Amino acid sequence: MDILSILIPVSLFLGAVGLVAFVWTMKARQYDDPQGDASRILTNEWDDHPKPPLDGPRVPPETRR
Amino acid sequence: MTDATHIPMAACPACAAAPSAERLAALAPAREARLVLSLPGAHCAACMVTVETALQTVPGVRSARVNLTMRRVSVDARADVAADDLIPVLAGVGYEAHELDPGLLSATETDRQGRELLMRLGVAGFSMMNIMLLSVAVWSGAEDATRDLFHWISAAIALPTVVFAGQPFFKSAWASLRVFRLGMDVPISLALILASSISLYETWAGGHHAYFDAAVMLSFFLLAGRYLDHRTRAIARSAAQELAALEVPRATLLVDGSEVVRAISEIAVGDLVRVRPGGRMPVDGVVTDGTSEVDRSLLTGESLPVYAGPGSVVAAGEVNLTGPLTLRVTAAGRDSSLHRIADLVAIAESAKTRYTSLAERAASWYSPLVHILSFSAFGYWMYATGGDLRFAINISAAVLIITCPCALGLAVPAVVTAASGRLFRKGLLIKHGTALERLAEVDTVVFDKTGTLTLGAPGPTNLADHPEAVVQVAVALAAGSSHPLATALVKAWTGDVASVTDLHEVPGYGIEGQWQGARVRLGRAAWCGADEVDVTATYLALPDGTTHAFTFADTLRPGAKAAVAGLMAQGLAVKLISGDAAGPVAALADRLGIADWVAGALPAEKAAAVALLTSRGKRVLMVGDGLNDTAALAGAHVSISPASALDAARVASDIVLLGQDMSALPDALRISRQAARRMVENFGISAAYNVVAVPLALMGLATPLAAALAMSLSSITVSLNALRLR
Repeated sequence: MDILSILIPVSLFLGAVGLVAFVWTMKARQYDDPQGDASRILTNEWDDHPKPPLDGPRVPPETRR
Repeated sequence: MTDATHIPMAACPACAAAPSAERLAALAPAREARLVLSLPGAHCAACMVTVETALQTVPGVRSARVNLTMRRVSVDARADVAADDLIPVLAGVGYEAHELDPGLLSATETDRQGRELLMRLGVAGFSMMNIMLLSVAVWSGAEDATRDLFHWISAAIALPTVVFAGQPFFKSAWASLRVFRLGMDVPISLALILASSISLYETWAGGHHAYFDAAVMLSFFLLAGRYLDHRTRAIARSAAQELAALEVPRATLLVDGSEVVRAISEIAVGDLVRVRPGGRMPVDGVVTDGTSEVDRSLLTGESLPVYAGPGSVVAAGEVNLTGPLTLRVTAAGRDSSLHRIADLVAIAESAKTRYTSLAERAASWYSPLVHILSFSAFGYWMYATGGDLRFAINISAAVLIITCPCALGLAVPAVVTAASGRLFRKGLLIKHGTALERLAEVDTVVFDKTGTLTLGAPGPTNLADHPEAVVQVAVALAAGSSHPLATALVKAWTGDVASVTDLHEVPGYGIEGQWQGARVRLGRAAWCGADEVDVTATYLALPDGTTHAFTFADTLRPGAKAAVAGLMAQGLAVKLISGDAAGPVAALADRLGIADWVAGALPAEKAAAVALLTSRGKRVLMVGDGLNDTAALAGAHVSISPASALDAARVASDIVLLGQDMSALPDALRISRQAARRMVENFGISAAYNVVAVPLALMGLATPLAAALAMSLSSITVSLNALRLR
């Protein structure tokens, strides 16, 4: 039964990690558009890079991969 | 704010290296989307890419992001980019779009509530998993010190969780207790508090049973139901608000010859008001200057534009089509015809008995029953055990926990979420909480004609009868006008166009120009010297003295035929009540196969017709878009209006048709009936679990394991049953 003294803290710790991760996803507003996010992974468009500057030359969307 | 400040940055290297305060200030508001458009047609990954790339090619647009869940796109753009610039771009790539007022969306407020609920749900979920881990160990035979330790750890997790996650229930229970009512949340709160405190006491006394897992699980399942409920409502509410936000109650006042924009409330009788082509009359008045044609379809259901010149009387809500008009105000605000119709709506709404939803009816007998059961169990066991307080309280807590409406709290929200999600994908937005249940009871459908079954936009009917050269001249002339008949003509013609120069519009009459060195005209019959035909038409006068009549008919809304046929196939009575003349109404009724039709109905007559049907015991679904339908929409059992309807009509209706297509209507009725059936089934399932588990609890045989099983099984069954909705 001594193993419990290790396993219980470990399981509680893992639970806490999950909870912290969940709180982070909430704060980062990852649940605002679940349907859109699910579809977005299927597109070829990048999404997480900085956009080109507003007044700079515009790259047609077809060429930026 | 202009964005020119961005360009000269590179001229000064120091500035480029250290962004100036100006630049930072210019960047700060860029985080907030300035324009929000509703996109009823977007449904997949390809749609998102198409819309976003199309918008990003518009000069001045910084970024565009589609929210597929809400069917809208947020656009961050320079101040000089208006929604009117973006809507044609989206129309060009095949998407219908409407502008929304981000200020009125109040998305942040509902969003905050939703995120708060989700956070509580998440915390309850994580605690539940950890406590369950420990509870399973206790159930499978942990003894003495180990059991006590596990109980203590459970307590350490459960108590803060219940305090945090249970707050929505505690607050609402307290609110209902303060007005001496027993809401659904009173037994829930009581069960949460009782279960936690008894378990704490048992843990401290080294007892065998602790209900920490039950308390946390209870809050988890109930929060799940609460969150589903909230999400459905939030989406519906924000969308309803965004639609209501489309029109701005302002008018252009003429003061000493100059134009001043004022709120409608500040306009008095006798003022002069200017209405531009395409604008809606803000007040009732008499035309003093200018000639034009006005579209009365939203007010009266008439499909033909009416001529307006000096001396003509116009009413608030009509649309000015061709030329600018100056009106002398005869009635504004409260006295205008717009408001008289709003009064009709108020009367109709007060006459409508408030509908009590299935869940409310269930809760009204459920709460007292649970409390009585729990208290009588307590009383009986106090008597039977000769005053064993600890045992009696344990029993009554077990009764509360087991009867607690986990399934009941999930039964309705799960079904409503599933059903409104399906309807939303079909382009129907449920605005009202009980609309789904009311829709399920409908046995009679009343349609309005103009703008509802038809698009309220004319389409040419005899293009093929004219020589191609003639049509080419007509289309070339029509391209210079924004009159609905002219735009319809341009839209319908795909071939070449003649070269006509010097186009100029004569408001109220038509348009003229030079073709091969001679004058050509397109417009009213008398102005073109043509003989008038008895249907909607525009006339072309050619230099050789010949005239040609282009006839038009109101175009049928896509899916209208399928909708009417589908409704009839379901055995519903379909009725057409229109304010338009008998001719067009009869033609449309014939085309759609509706036998029961009324033409020339005034707004009050429409409402009276609906009231008469209701008094005969019919459950009426009213589908309409105009101001003349508003009272009937408000008086009907349930009502639907298209997104193109006037805001008063949309406010009065329970369901809004987001796209143009109407063919989803029969499906919506089918889904709503199915949803109502699922709700009743879910109540039955919850009741069945209680019938088995409550006697066990009353006899004192319920263990925490039994409570956990009953609770999770019933919740999962009702959720799965809700998902069966097709």
